[in-house]
Amino acid sequence: MSWKIWSLRKSPWVFHVNTGACNNCDIEIVNLLTPKFDVERFGIKLVGSPRHADALLVTGVVTAQAAPRLREIYRQTPKPCVVFCIGACACDTGIFKDGYHVVGPVDKIIREVDPDAIIAYVPGCPPKPEAMISGVVKALSAL
Amino acid sequence: MTEALWNLFWILIFPGFLFTVAFGLVASWIVRKVSALVQWRVGPPLLQPLYDVVKLMGKEILIPQQAQRSVFITAPLVGMAGVLLLSTMLWRISIAQTAFIGDIIVAIYLMVLPSLALILGSSASASPHAAIGTAREMKMVMSYELPLVLAFIVVIIKTGGQLNLAVIAQHTPVFSISGLLAFLVALLCVQAKLGFVPFDIAEAETEIASGVLMEYSGALLAVWKLTQAMMLVVLPLFLVMVFLGGFGTAGVPLVWGIGKYVLIMVLLILIKNTNPRLRIDQAMKFFWVYCGIALAVAIILAIIGNGYDISWL
Repeated sequence: MSWKIWSLRKSPWVFHVNTGACNNCDIEIVNLLTPKFDVERFGIKLVGSPRHADALLVTGVVTAQAAPRLREIYRQTPKPCVVFCIGACACDTGIFKDGYHVVGPVDKIIREVDPDAIIAYVPGCPPKPEAMISGVVKALSAL
Repeated sequence: MTEALWNLFWILIFPGFLFTVAFGLVASWIVRKVSALVQWRVGPPLLQPLYDVVKLMGKEILIPQQAQRSVFITAPLVGMAGVLLLSTMLWRISIAQTAFIGDIIVAIYLMVLPSLALILGSSASASPHAAIGTAREMKMVMSYELPLVLAFIVVIIKTGGQLNLAVIAQHTPVFSISGLLAFLVALLCVQAKLGFVPFDIAEAETEIASGVLMEYSGALLAVWKLTQAMMLVVLPLFLVMVFLGGFGTAGVPLVWGIGKYVLIMVLLILIKNTNPRLRIDQAMKFFWVYCGIALAVAIILAIIGNGYDISWL
């Protein structure tokens, strides 16, 4: 295991991207930072700029408006980075499957930019904070 | 030859780079841990700041297409060099008494260098968010530099016109009315210099996405993080030397010195955790009007106290 991956596991900084979510998953993500779950224990920190991020937490189906922005944000994130699809919509478009504004699930858009992107899925509507922590742990140990 | 080697040793290893970085990373851990405890959380492990820096070193460096490449890359190094020089100078004055007349003015100049480098680097990045951050950082520098220099002038008056840090460090101006006022204002200025919460306007993560640091990534961001960690050592140390009677090197004075450093850190962290972020105009008004008035009173008291030999004024 190289030192880059080792240190990435120790301090994954996350950037939160909302590509058209109903805010339910977003509230659960913010819930991770509260005293009850306190993900800073594991070095996870919410940052304000994609250039500082090691992981993108993407919530919601990708709408036609959000797709080019999601591609741009992925390009602006320094590699190595991990993409997390948080919630049923981001994983598989969920109940919005045949919506007129839906371009596709998050992984499809990311794969258009980078076919080798590392993508992790946390299903649920919304996923529990425990499920998100478990997803982060599994994704980082699979690196 | 040996003289040059010793200078290199001082700058790179003992009071300089390695020591300050190690001390600074521990100090930034203390800031995060105590903030977490104040908020009833567990907080990060001891080596977390080190993990962050190592990770950033291993990441890709992205440079915006329209950025001024040379300025964008050299600015963090300039900022770090300023703090490194200041740190070496202050510790050498504390340990080996290598003070010279006017070193307090050199120290004031070196303290501005990281902020100037930050302004240069972020304005070279060609990003609108960073441009807003740059404008705010410039206004902050203009707001807090004047009160900070005035606070040091109070100390210089109190000590009878001394410009030598080793001599100033033998006095404790904080045990007088004017000295206490100046100390409180200088503490708030240091809070602003460190970019801590009521004054983190230039880095506001929620509004302008980390502002000045927005376009930095990878190793360049790591250099900025290290610079901030080193400032966390140097600025409280400077306050200890100027206001609280210096940092001893052995035995009881050393314990006292650490105690004074911890006192300033505790004050900074508590201010950080109990205040919301100000707007830029509120911050400017605070520093120029309220701090300005407090310092005008302090200077008058200091001059009167000096003229009539009343040490508590």
